[in-house]
Amino acid sequence: MDKLIDLGKYIEQGINVLEESLSGLWGAIDDVISWTVEFLNDTFLAIPFVVIIALVTFGAYYANAGKQAFKKEGFKKGAGLALFVVLGLLLIWAMGYWKEAIQTTTLVIVATIIALLFGIPLGIWAARSNTANAIIRPILDLMQTMPAFVYLIPAIFFFSVGNTPGVIATVIFSLPPAVRLTSLGIRNVPEDVIEAGHAFGATDKQILFKIQLPLAKTTILAGINQVILLALSMVVIASMVGAKGLGAIVYQGIQQNDIAKGFESGLGIVVLAIILDRITQAVAKK
Amino acid sequence: MSDNRKTKIKVEDLTLIFGKRKQEALKLLEQGVSKEEILKKTKCTVGVNRASFEIKEGEVFVIMGLSGSGKSTLIRCLNRLNEPTAGKVFFDDHDITRDTNKELLETRRTEMSMVFQKFGLLPHRTILENAGFGLELRGEEKATRDERAKTALETVGLRGYEAQYPAELSGGMQQRVGLARALANDLEVLLMDEAFSALDPLIKSDMQDELLEIQDKLHKTIVFITHDLDEAIKIGDRIAIMKDGVVEQIGTAEDILTNPASEYVEAFVEKVDRKTIITAETLMFKKHTALEVHKDGPKGAVRKMRSIAVDQLPVIDEHKKFLGHVWLQDVLELEKEQEKSIEKVINTNVPSVYRHYTVEEMLPLITGIRHPLAVIEEETGKFLGLVTQTSLIIEATRFEKKEVIKLKEQANEL
Repeated sequence: MDKLIDLGKYIEQGINVLEESLSGLWGAIDDVISWTVEFLNDTFLAIPFVVIIALVTFGAYYANAGKQAFKKEGFKKGAGLALFVVLGLLLIWAMGYWKEAIQTTTLVIVATIIALLFGIPLGIWAARSNTANAIIRPILDLMQTMPAFVYLIPAIFFFSVGNTPGVIATVIFSLPPAVRLTSLGIRNVPEDVIEAGHAFGATDKQILFKIQLPLAKTTILAGINQVILLALSMVVIASMVGAKGLGAIVYQGIQQNDIAKGFESGLGIVVLAIILDRITQAVAKK
Repeated sequence: MSDNRKTKIKVEDLTLIFGKRKQEALKLLEQGVSKEEILKKTKCTVGVNRASFEIKEGEVFVIMGLSGSGKSTLIRCLNRLNEPTAGKVFFDDHDITRDTNKELLETRRTEMSMVFQKFGLLPHRTILENAGFGLELRGEEKATRDERAKTALETVGLRGYEAQYPAELSGGMQQRVGLARALANDLEVLLMDEAFSALDPLIKSDMQDELLEIQDKLHKTIVFITHDLDEAIKIGDRIAIMKDGVVEQIGTAEDILTNPASEYVEAFVEKVDRKTIITAETLMFKKHTALEVHKDGPKGAVRKMRSIAVDQLPVIDEHKKFLGHVWLQDVLELEKEQEKSIEKVINTNVPSVYRHYTVEEMLPLITGIRHPLAVIEEETGKFLGLVTQTSLIIEATRFEKKEVIKLKEQANEL
């Protein structure tokens, strides 16, 4: 049957126009992201792995133990995760995937930061304006339900292959929870506290920074946790457009039908996911 | 109450309509169309309907009504948390309904502070920071606001809790923080929206006492919203009763209890414990016949008693000063003995009361005596009238006629 509406074609034309008219912008974005990813990779890889493991372990321990870090109660709270971090990271190193794990982590960090940079302000906007909310929500729904592979096509189109399209596709995929949970957190701030602020003559800015954001903090941190985990779940897909890291190894495993490779690198991703999740959750709880 | 005090807040024809077609609804309201009709025609709800009143400096003005009566909406018009649809609100000579948004912020920071039913404290800040929050919003230095917040916390009895968080305090204590936050700003007007309604009865009563104590010291102008008439009576110098957005009556507690302006107000005041409110002045028989000690001899006394059918009368001197009571049997005795003066038989060992004595305070006085209580003027001892035991007992029990008949029947059967 002939197509009645050639919607895909219009989208393609639109993207073409965007690509040509803003090519300078795409180039600049590509430069910044590539440079940042490379820089972080080089830095982390220059540090001996033992030091990194020690730092991450202490970070995980402190996130749980908090101020009681040097007391018995703190040890009880923090020791479990710390032990898991040591063993997990040593396993990754011992399997020979240290470099890939660093590359994956860098990708996740950069994508998360970009996602938050856009997501949190959008969330604030959606919380404060019903019109904004009405516009943003369906777009978020679309972003979350559209198969993640679809993002790869324009990403390649704008940025060819490499880390940048991987980061961009990851950002698009992991952005929604940052917006949603920021908005939810702010909307859930009790009306009486806001009203008290107004009654004492608070400006809109004071209401936002002194009341809404502090009270929404826990929900926003839960959103950040979700962003990180979604970003991590994108690494295999991102590797299809040339992003490096554990995802790339998994992808090789699939292509070469190599069970050993696939399992090891998959396990590495799981270890990273658990560590990142537990640490951010512990931070959010405080 | 001497009311040459300055008017602090003046509300003129204040109307607030909720809904989209406000102006249309306002026009209908002005034509005298009822609230229900307006809702039907324009889908607008009338929250406050042409309220007008004046509040004096240093007065505790209570606005009371049931939920949905518009009382909370009305108090929110005073700082424009709710935007009035029509009418004016003056603080001194400053009409705040004409403030621009920027001026309004300034008005809220410098004219009034507010205490809320749900406290409205910031859970992530300490008690001290919460108490100083109003000052912080106003841009005061940290040292200043900590000092003033500390003083305010001391005033409400929370010394030593500065470093704790709201969640660590009980409801009553949290509301003390809310009150301290309002006091720390040190403004003349205090708006209190059902400030004690969320508290346990005992704590509530404590807080009311404390508020009155604070008011004795600070002399704020307080607008207090409540749905509890007992609270209104305890706290308020004057009370405004609201129903369906209309202010039905404004007056002192006693005005409202003794002279309710509508059936609604009457229904309200029926359940009130009148014993603590009704005073001797309301209950007394004014200009009661009395005997003047140097004018009325035993003969005259007997005649006066018979003419109004009583067996005792109060005695006064030529300056109308109350001296005591005489009984008919004693006077008859004197008459037989051909005495000229009743002075000998005046029973001077009798309790008398001032006009502000309440029923509750007078009840203990009537045990063991058979004569009415004389009401006298505080400074001069001048006789003003009599409160009979019967009126005290009726006022104290407040039984309906039917109930009294039933009780009597039962008593007779026994």
